[in-house]
Amino acid sequence: MIGWLIRWTDERLGSSPLLKKSLRYVFPDHWSFLLGEIALYSFIVLVVTGTYLALFFNPSSAESVYHGPYPLLQGVPVSAAFQSTMNISFQVPAGLLIRQTHHWAALLFVAAIVGHLMRIFFTGAFRKPRDLNYFIGLTLLTLAILEGFMGYSLPGDLLSGMGLAIAYGVTLSIPILGASLAFLLWGGEFPGSSTFEPRLFFLHVFVLPAVIATLIGLHLAIIMRQKHSQFGGRGHRERNVIGTPLWPAYALRATGLMVAVAAVLVLLGGLIQINPIWQYGPYEPWLGTNGAQPDWYLGWLIGALRLMPGFDIHFLNHTWVPNPFWGGVLFPGVVFTTLYAWPWAERKIAGDRRRHDLLDRPRDKPWRTALGAAFFSWVFIIFVAGAADRILVSVGFGYEGQVWFFRLAAFVVPFIVFLLTRRVCEELQVTETHPLRSFAGSAVRRSEAGGFEEIMPIEPGDEHWSGARSDQAVSD
Amino acid sequence: MNQLLAALFWGVLQRLRRATLWLLRIDPDELREDLREAPGDGLADQTDPQMRNWRRLPSDQEAELVLAALLVAAGLFAVVFILLYAFDDNNQLLGLSLGLALACAAAGLILAGKRITPQEQLVEERPELVHERDARESEELLRAGGEGISRRKLITGAAAVTGLGLGGALLVPLASAGPNVGETIEHTPWHRGRRVVDVNGNPIRAADVVEKSFLTGFPQDADPHLLGSPIVIVRVPLEQLHLPEHRPAAEWAPEGIVAYSKICTHAGCAIALYRNPLFAPHEPRPALVCPCHYSTFDPARGAAVIFGPAGRALPQLPLAIDPVTGQLLANGGFSGSVGPAWFDVNRGSA
Repeated sequence: MIGWLIRWTDERLGSSPLLKKSLRYVFPDHWSFLLGEIALYSFIVLVVTGTYLALFFNPSSAESVYHGPYPLLQGVPVSAAFQSTMNISFQVPAGLLIRQTHHWAALLFVAAIVGHLMRIFFTGAFRKPRDLNYFIGLTLLTLAILEGFMGYSLPGDLLSGMGLAIAYGVTLSIPILGASLAFLLWGGEFPGSSTFEPRLFFLHVFVLPAVIATLIGLHLAIIMRQKHSQFGGRGHRERNVIGTPLWPAYALRATGLMVAVAAVLVLLGGLIQINPIWQYGPYEPWLGTNGAQPDWYLGWLIGALRLMPGFDIHFLNHTWVPNPFWGGVLFPGVVFTTLYAWPWAERKIAGDRRRHDLLDRPRDKPWRTALGAAFFSWVFIIFVAGAADRILVSVGFGYEGQVWFFRLAAFVVPFIVFLLTRRVCEELQVTETHPLRSFAGSAVRRSEAGGFEEIMPIEPGDEHWSGARSDQAVSD
Repeated sequence: MNQLLAALFWGVLQRLRRATLWLLRIDPDELREDLREAPGDGLADQTDPQMRNWRRLPSDQEAELVLAALLVAAGLFAVVFILLYAFDDNNQLLGLSLGLALACAAAGLILAGKRITPQEQLVEERPELVHERDARESEELLRAGGEGISRRKLITGAAAVTGLGLGGALLVPLASAGPNVGETIEHTPWHRGRRVVDVNGNPIRAADVVEKSFLTGFPQDADPHLLGSPIVIVRVPLEQLHLPEHRPAAEWAPEGIVAYSKICTHAGCAIALYRNPLFAPHEPRPALVCPCHYSTFDPARGAAVIFGPAGRALPQLPLAIDPVTGQLLANGGFSGSVGPAWFDVNRGSA
């Protein structure tokens, strides 16, 4: 049967050489290589669950009165989009499970991409020839954030409406062209434009997924062409790649990981509530709540909007730069420009134009690692500022003090992280220990006089190593 | 009792650890071995198993039994899911059954990939990416396509005209996606004499507005969903009221009742919080706060920004009190544009 199928395709496509090559494709073993795979599998879960949801969702902002099994919203005017999301959650059998799984998958999708990006950054996998694929990956990250934002904006609940109001305000803030651009995108004012909801839906379920899928395909094709990078180690050279071939072991393990990702997402979707729009109610422009949080991957933008001191740049009767521009456009612009420019900048600074297929251990490039850690900590501090309202609501720290604290921290923390990281890298270089699982220290002997003397420092690879554990004393 | 619990806890933990190690085929000794690997670009040594191709057949009958059990369990959980779907649509149980089915399948696949199918290591040479000769020849071929053309510049110029013209023509229809910006964004339903009503359409009377609380008002007989519609109304003691010069209290804030647009001038959220603590030491004066980014406005001073990112004050709506009914009326339009700022925003005079 298999033989027949292979011959059938071969006679029509000449596909056997490609098939044979693919079956022998080598995957180096390292857990951090799985982050990108997790993102891919989350995307598959998103497509499957999203297709299901689209069968029931009604992308219309037309207003109707809610009548359904949820008692607390009886008789409340809601949009058709909100109504159909309520139906998916309360009336479609398994609808809530699929909807919550979809939402969890979106959160994991972006999280896995960010983790993957950090792995790529800190191991230097963005260097030639992988810089091209790094750019595609960054583009995928921006699209994933946008796609996620559009998705949670669709149901027309209070949280999504507040998010859209902010997005509209940020678009308006783009110098000179902002208002025209906002009108173009929204088809008029927000709220009020009836063309916007169908546009959002079409972009969310067709245009962006198609672009994302295409770029993922390209991303993988480029990896296949260049072959995986690998960490250094015995026998691992720039010119070779050592690992498990695709068939059969790796294919089974990878499929296992895919099913495991689906399992975790379905369990989350079934057991842990997410985006309960019936608790938020429908969006009305005059409503807002304290402690409302968007999906996690927008926290850094909320934080940036919040930390910016209040001023617009206005003169000659025009407002040239309205305030949301700083946090909503300039800040993500700086973050992504830095990430896009990094491979080029490092090549310039290091004067290194060679091809690299062996990965760096983060400690071996203390400057890059420290700069990267400082950069990510900067974004992270601003991200935490996005949760200031949760801190206010749950702990009770006043927001003014928090904002001042985070404004200061955004400048101070990256410096501390930079110095600390560089120090840790240098220390690890010297001791050659594994930061998480190995024991660094020395074996000591107690002399008859009662003092201690060091026999030898223990290093991995030492013959004493396997015998000497932190919980065992070395004695004569 | 505590000791018993601790012992139990450790026992479970050890068992879990052993099960995980067994399932993932991690040998603790091998893990330690892992650390010995010297970093860097080692030399190929064909005798070292780390550097050559090898293939092992696990022949692990125990693992095969476990795999069979996992696969059957996955199928059974899936059947449970189908039955639940048919007879009892409970979200938690549906998620649990389907999730466990997938989890068993995943464990089976990973077990099969690690302990049942042949384990292999392959050392492969990387492809050379640079093809100097092919690159040069391609370049020559491309250049050769332009041989024998005498008016190169003319044709290039003409092609540029096509490109720009067609590109523009294809982009222009996109302009239909939105109306022109202009009057639309400035328009609000408020004008002199328009009655202020609550969310249910009932008129709001001056007496309804009490200190330390705020009301949301709308224009009577107008769409409440427009950004220009909702206002927040608060009462400020007259002696504390310091509106901008050209806004006399009699025409803007009768009895100290002030109204501002409820839409934040920063990013368009609703000014949904009124910070007005009942005890002294906390915050010095009442303030209107937007929960999105904490823009904070002083209602006693024309809603000037006192904290947060907003770049301008909330637009104020002048109020009047109907002498007969005591109901609130608008005494004109807003002092500036409602909502987030843009290039041509009317910042108001405050």
